[in-house]
Amino acid sequence: MAKADFEVPLLKPYAEIPALEPGAMAHSRPFVAKADFQGPLGFPGELVEDWQERAIDKMGELLGKYRSLRVYLDSCVKCGSCTDKCHYYLGTKDPNNMPVGRQDLMRKVYRRYFTLAGRFFPKLVGASDFTREVLDEWYSYFHQCSQCRRCSVFCPYGIDTAEISMAAREIMDSIGVGQKYCNEIIGKVYKIGNNLGLPGPALRDTLEGLEEDVFDDTGVAVRYPIDEEGAEILLVTPSADFFAEPHVDGLIGYGKVFHEAGVSWTLSTHASEAANFGMFIGSYANMRRLAQRIREAAIALKVKRIVFGECGHAWRVAYSFLNTLAGPWDFLDPRYPVPQHICEFTHDLIQQGKLRFDKSQNDDMVLTFHDSCNVARASRMGDRPGGQFEIPRAIIRATCNHFFDMEEETIRERTFCCGGGGGLLTDDLMELRVKGAMPRMQALNNVMKEKGVTHMAAICAICKSQFTKVLPYYGMEMEQIVSVHQLVSNALILTGQDRDEEDEEETSDEAA
Amino acid sequence: MPIDVNGKSLETDEEGYLANINEWEPEVAVVMAKEDDLALTDEHWDIINFLREYYDEYQIAPAVRVLTKAVGKKMGKDKGNSKYLYGLFPYGPAKQACRYAGLPKPTGCV
Repeated sequence: MAKADFEVPLLKPYAEIPALEPGAMAHSRPFVAKADFQGPLGFPGELVEDWQERAIDKMGELLGKYRSLRVYLDSCVKCGSCTDKCHYYLGTKDPNNMPVGRQDLMRKVYRRYFTLAGRFFPKLVGASDFTREVLDEWYSYFHQCSQCRRCSVFCPYGIDTAEISMAAREIMDSIGVGQKYCNEIIGKVYKIGNNLGLPGPALRDTLEGLEEDVFDDTGVAVRYPIDEEGAEILLVTPSADFFAEPHVDGLIGYGKVFHEAGVSWTLSTHASEAANFGMFIGSYANMRRLAQRIREAAIALKVKRIVFGECGHAWRVAYSFLNTLAGPWDFLDPRYPVPQHICEFTHDLIQQGKLRFDKSQNDDMVLTFHDSCNVARASRMGDRPGGQFEIPRAIIRATCNHFFDMEEETIRERTFCCGGGGGLLTDDLMELRVKGAMPRMQALNNVMKEKGVTHMAAICAICKSQFTKVLPYYGMEMEQIVSVHQLVSNALILTGQDRDEEDEEETSDEAA
Repeated sequence: MPIDVNGKSLETDEEGYLANINEWEPEVAVVMAKEDDLALTDEHWDIINFLREYYDEYQIAPAVRVLTKAVGKKMGKDKGNSKYLYGLFPYGPAKQACRYAGLPKPTGCV
């Protein structure tokens, strides 16, 4: 692990509201996108000359297009409910990371140019010109919001800071001030098909390797097909699932579940990415262009169903927006939800009794579950309210003997962000990521002490990578984060699987 | 910020990755490792060379599992895991080893 050149927060037994340290994170700003990364997304390469005027025009356009944005900017009554709800405030102590503080960075500009009082008496209503200093402040603090929407759960008016930070990023992109991490990645999807830039041959090589590994482990020929026309299901999954650990262990699990279900499925090189960073930068045009790739792949491969792998914000885009972004989906099989989450798929099979598990395969772990923000607060699973909380937990309980939840105020709809969501999972924001992870690390640390939890499962590629990176800063091990379908993979008994040793263990269990 | 390698000044990006992969030479890895207070051993070079060969063929760094499997095959199963790689490259095999090898930084949710 890299040495920290900042203070890593201490983990405490109870959540504390820290004393304010104004400007504590004013220095934090991600790398700015160069012209090469801006162009393919349709943004100016660098700060345009008449940037102030164009930014105000853009803000006017967004206020007209998104009524919600105007309501959010108008309706705050400064009640204070949100102030201690943001993980970045709790971890950094910077008042601009209080949701209301962050909103006010845009609100003061909005008031100056779009309200009567602000136009004539700016000082009386806290309105401010859109100066270079304000723009710099925007760049810094709107890249300290992971758009997790925890604050909106507590706001009596339902003000959604995520939408405000998306609008701010869209305005900045439109005047040539983009963030390198997000915009370079979106360009890679356009050029190659996924965030990582994995070309088809590399994907095929990786998948062949997985087939070999699973065969070596189980003696069963589980396939990991790609670009197979006529398959029933198209699996769209984050490209980190091919590349990183523990993500790939989840991908192995999806393949085993499809195998046991006896359905044909395929990945696609064209749509080899579930993530949609267009949402993070608030760009509808880019979000739509990214989502269209899934439609194109589904048509080209003549699939009947679409299933999404473990990716938090992808599931928000898929569950909430896919129909308007890339529909209509009338060519898919109407008997299944469009799209379906891999957890829904696996859970259905478990309920039908079609999967057999040997839970003891996960006995080296005591699990807890991290609800990923976009799944928890911006989507659903199954056919009942709260399915997005219950279904992943039901899968863990079906595959593991030992499971304990973290403190109630840190899970389900009140879950804390991992600290790396919303386009902030980049090394140039490491201080922010480590500090922002504090509330989650604290809850994990407590459940480890109280219940002996050893591992935390998640269903989001960003969460998994973020925890792999930040756990060591808190004295924990990077291996403590696992994929939910990794647990499925460990416990699932494939038909015809070699399991001599396991059989013996099971027999001895029964004898005991 | 450019780095000086054998009297030449080579351009790098904000995060220290070589701007032009074709300018790579073994000394690049040595210079970068020195800045990180790391002395390169044969074990490091095995990884760096594998990364470059893989990149030549696929235009991308290998997935972690592809890398650990190749290392395991070549150097023994006990070394075919991330722990061994992190032992060699504390900043992470994908990010630190790729940088030394002159490869672009893997981007995305990794």
